[in-house]
Amino acid sequence: MARVRGWVRVLALLGVLAIVLYPLIWVLGSSLKSPTEVTSNLSVWPEELTWSNYSDGWSYIPGVSFARFFGNSLLISLATVVANAASCLVTAYAFARLRFWGRKGYFALMIATLLLPGHVLIVPQYVLFSEFGWIDTPLPLILPKLLATEAFFIFLMVQFMRGIPRELDDAAKIDGCDPYRTFWHVILPLSRPALITTAIFSFIWTWNDFFTQLVYLPSVPSYTVPVALRLFIDSSGQTSIGPMLAMSVLSLLPVFLFFLGFQRFLVQGINTSGLKG
Amino acid sequence: MALTTASRPALPVPAATPPPARGRRKKNYAARRSEGLAGYVFLSPWLIGLMAITAFPMLLSLYLSFTNYDVLSSWEFVEWVGFDNYEKIFTLDPTFWQSVRVTLTFGLIAIPLKLVASLGVALLLNRERRGVGLFRSMFYLPSLLGGSVALALVWVAMFNGEGAFNAGLSIFGIEGKNWINDPDWALATLMVLTIWQFGAPMVIFLAGLKQVPTELYEAAQVDGASKYKQFFHITLPMLSPVIFFNLLLETINGFQGFTSAFVISNGTGGPLGATKLYTLHIYDKAFTDFEMGYASALAWIFLAAIGLITIVFFSTGKFWVHYSDGEN
Repeated sequence: MARVRGWVRVLALLGVLAIVLYPLIWVLGSSLKSPTEVTSNLSVWPEELTWSNYSDGWSYIPGVSFARFFGNSLLISLATVVANAASCLVTAYAFARLRFWGRKGYFALMIATLLLPGHVLIVPQYVLFSEFGWIDTPLPLILPKLLATEAFFIFLMVQFMRGIPRELDDAAKIDGCDPYRTFWHVILPLSRPALITTAIFSFIWTWNDFFTQLVYLPSVPSYTVPVALRLFIDSSGQTSIGPMLAMSVLSLLPVFLFFLGFQRFLVQGINTSGLKG
Repeated sequence: MALTTASRPALPVPAATPPPARGRRKKNYAARRSEGLAGYVFLSPWLIGLMAITAFPMLLSLYLSFTNYDVLSSWEFVEWVGFDNYEKIFTLDPTFWQSVRVTLTFGLIAIPLKLVASLGVALLLNRERRGVGLFRSMFYLPSLLGGSVALALVWVAMFNGEGAFNAGLSIFGIEGKNWINDPDWALATLMVLTIWQFGAPMVIFLAGLKQVPTELYEAAQVDGASKYKQFFHITLPMLSPVIFFNLLLETINGFQGFTSAFVISNGTGGPLGATKLYTLHIYDKAFTDFEMGYASALAWIFLAAIGLITIVFFSTGKFWVHYSDGEN
């Protein structure tokens, strides 16, 4: 009886797995199908491999190829990774280890900003950045991150640092380290796992982000991959579905590779802070 | 703060230090002061960010919501219009009410279903001994990819009239329709996309399930409690802090959904406003019509609503969230 129940459970899990993975495998297979086959063939495996979807998609938008969009996305994502990691680390150190006036109040404020919807801030921030003349540049997407605006990562790092034994700080203090040197010699090297998690999530979120990039990058040459992908749907004639899926696959690829390489960090990341994917 | 309850062990308590000897007091005071100074040095990027990127824009937005500001004309033409924007929203803007309806429908159906799915799969997976890590990672994958433009495009390709979904239905002799273009069904395809991303809350549930002491189940078994009773009297109460956490997070994130609806409806929130989430209405007013003042008023109503939901969650939480260690 128990064994039967075990098998039923495994079958149920496999069924869920099939539903979960079907769209992903389908898009991969369909990106290689000919236009007529995309709609008629339910199977994930194409009858005939049509690589032209990729080359057609790459230069689908007149005048600007996807190389440009990938370059823009990469620049913004990598800059965000560095800015987030550095600014959130120093902020987290202050919250996790240093005693100063108003710390608890500030911490509560930081948590409150976690719940603040981005759509409330986008209008005034847009007004502000357009006064600076930053619209259509990557600046409004990158510079704010230097000011530790991603409270999720601060929270993740604070949680992580609280797990680092305080005896190490005390030992450093006895050896004559001030808070700055303790940060540099003790906390920074030990925070590597949290830094990696932050870097991965920063990259994936920025890579996938659409809303802010749509708002701040209005002209085609400054488009990122997600904003450019949207152009495929303007003329949703049958012929463009293949190239559209091909570029979708390419845009998902970096995230997927990160996922393959860093699964452990990702899952731990959600567990320590309830981070969303 | 209940946000920390997901699955963390209790925070380490610093060991009590012996009271300092008299002679050291002065030195200690100096050390404390320099630590306090260092605290502000390390905190300064965040503090500047809080003021410049969060607090100031919020106040600006509040001010703008009482004006007719439109970003295109210069500041000299900005006029204080009092509560006009708010009045217009509630009395003369049918799209506002439509977007509220769509957002609430979406939230009240998709979020509970997503949580039930994630809890259900977590319970199945919790019993398994082998392959848990692999399953968990695979189930989590859609949460990483699902919010992207690419997946929204995949949904369009799968659920339009000639997509894979209808090809699948035709095997069972059911004739499908263009789900994306049908006012009655467009929102449902969006919900399916959301529920498909059940992996993130599932991982948190799974971690929560691991924390339930097995002795409780053993004791219940000795007392002859059925599996059914064990679930309702042990698993659910022990898991309630995690349920609370997931519910809060999913609700707040769910109401902020934008990308999928925007891409699938090609920026219109259509057909016939069927996928006009509240965020799409804000976007339209701000960046299509450039009515920044009006959009700010919409945003503040949104903020008030989210704040209200959060307060309701926290104040009702104490009636159903069970904390076993009494810490929270």
